[in-house]
Amino acid sequence: MTEPPAILVQDLSKHYGPVRAVDGISFTVARGATCALLGGNGAGKTTTIAMLLGLLLPTGGRIRILGEEVPRHRQRVLSRMNFSSPYVDLPQRLTVTENLTVYGRLYGVRRIPERLAALGRDLDIADFFKRPYGSLSAGQKTRVALAKALLNEPEILLLDEPTASLDPDTADRMRGILTDYQRRSGATLLLASHNMSEVERLCDQVIMLRAGRVVASGTPRELIHRYGRKDMEEVFLDIARGIQSGEVLE
Amino acid sequence: MNGISPYRIGALALRYLYLLRSSWIRIIELAYWPTVQMILWGFITQYLAGHSDVLTQAAGLLLSGVLLWDILFRSQLGVSVVFFEELHSRNLGQLFISPLQPIELILALILVSLARTLIGVGFAVTLAIPFYDFNLFALGPPLIGFFLNLLLMGWAIGLLVSALVLRYGMGAESIAWAAIFAIAPLCGIYYPIATLPGWLQPLAWALPASHVFEGMRAVLLEQTFRLDYFLYALSLNAGYLGLGIGVFLATVHKARERGSLLQSGE
Repeated sequence: MTEPPAILVQDLSKHYGPVRAVDGISFTVARGATCALLGGNGAGKTTTIAMLLGLLLPTGGRIRILGEEVPRHRQRVLSRMNFSSPYVDLPQRLTVTENLTVYGRLYGVRRIPERLAALGRDLDIADFFKRPYGSLSAGQKTRVALAKALLNEPEILLLDEPTASLDPDTADRMRGILTDYQRRSGATLLLASHNMSEVERLCDQVIMLRAGRVVASGTPRELIHRYGRKDMEEVFLDIARGIQSGEVLE
Repeated sequence: MNGISPYRIGALALRYLYLLRSSWIRIIELAYWPTVQMILWGFITQYLAGHSDVLTQAAGLLLSGVLLWDILFRSQLGVSVVFFEELHSRNLGQLFISPLQPIELILALILVSLARTLIGVGFAVTLAIPFYDFNLFALGPPLIGFFLNLLLMGWAIGLLVSALVLRYGMGAESIAWAAIFAIAPLCGIYYPIATLPGWLQPLAWALPASHVFEGMRAVLLEQTFRLDYFLYALSLNAGYLGLGIGVFLATVHKARERGSLLQSGE
């Protein structure tokens, strides 16, 4: 019997009154894949991720995560997935250790001190373990948020702009950590990003959204070829501006 | 529905313990108001004791009232103010994408509220012994019944207030402080319910706290534990707490529909 895909989305929609934030999208992400969810502001990326996490109830359609229906059976899969975003905070007054300990317990992590030590090494955050989260720089917070997302060694990791607010050196190291984790654990990564070189480097699948709909999908190489462009940056601009593949931008 | 996990409830309670531990001002604040209230009403009692037949008969009437009232007040704040911490720190989204279930969040809030109430009111109750030679524990076993009913009512109001703030945002935060004072005149903390105008009395009897304070007066003035008051309060509390839990869970569900859990904050 074949394993169900990591993520299966069918005809998913989210409407706020007359506004169709997500409008009947369908896609599949295979286990172990690294998939980018791309699109301009308001394309529906965050809404889609929030629905995958069960944080937002869909208006229609179907989501299956690791073979389980979400949101109905979200409790069965939440301990097997995690999420990181520089735009979602952790308690400011708690130290990094306290925050990670609380979330480690919430995710049912065994041997939390050992797990924290490993994450401290991997993400180079051990030096500020004792500092309140609120006193950290934006880049440090992003690394701590990633540590929180890796605490339970998730089978599916959802990332919203994982390297936003990081300097190029730290961003590059973060990408290295994600690649290592993905290779070592066989986890599935789904990331929303505006950094196209990051997408080309990390992802083997791209889903492009515009106005709540899937307008293109494939590997980065396929999309670059289909749109006749030299890199994903140009493909992104074409799609964001509503140019179809094969059209030439005057 | 998945089983409730004491481990996850404990994890969240630990989060609030860390928060409390991080600031000595927060710990002092827990005991500050109950103590100030106790001192103030202690002096009022001393002054009135020579001028009032009722207080001559039962000097602890006002002090018992104020300390029991603080159990209700602190248990309500223990739920709502601690829940507001999650909104202030924009942490609600993180919590709701973890395996934590909304009912576990409620149970953690209740657990923390119990601890905060015991610390805050416990300090004032202890100080009242050397200050005024007044021992609340002299109420005897009925005190357990009073304590239980006031806690339950405080949790119910705390959950309703939290739901309101989750729905309407932090602008509604002041309701947490105002809600309890709005019902205070009806609870008969310092006077019998019969003192209220006739048309207000049915409203007062619909509040569990009114039965508690009438029960307290029965113990102090007649040395009688009124089981009927206790059972009325308990059954009313069952309804109010059920309502509080139901409204809170429904509001979380609605927030999932509206997409407000990721943006919850000021």
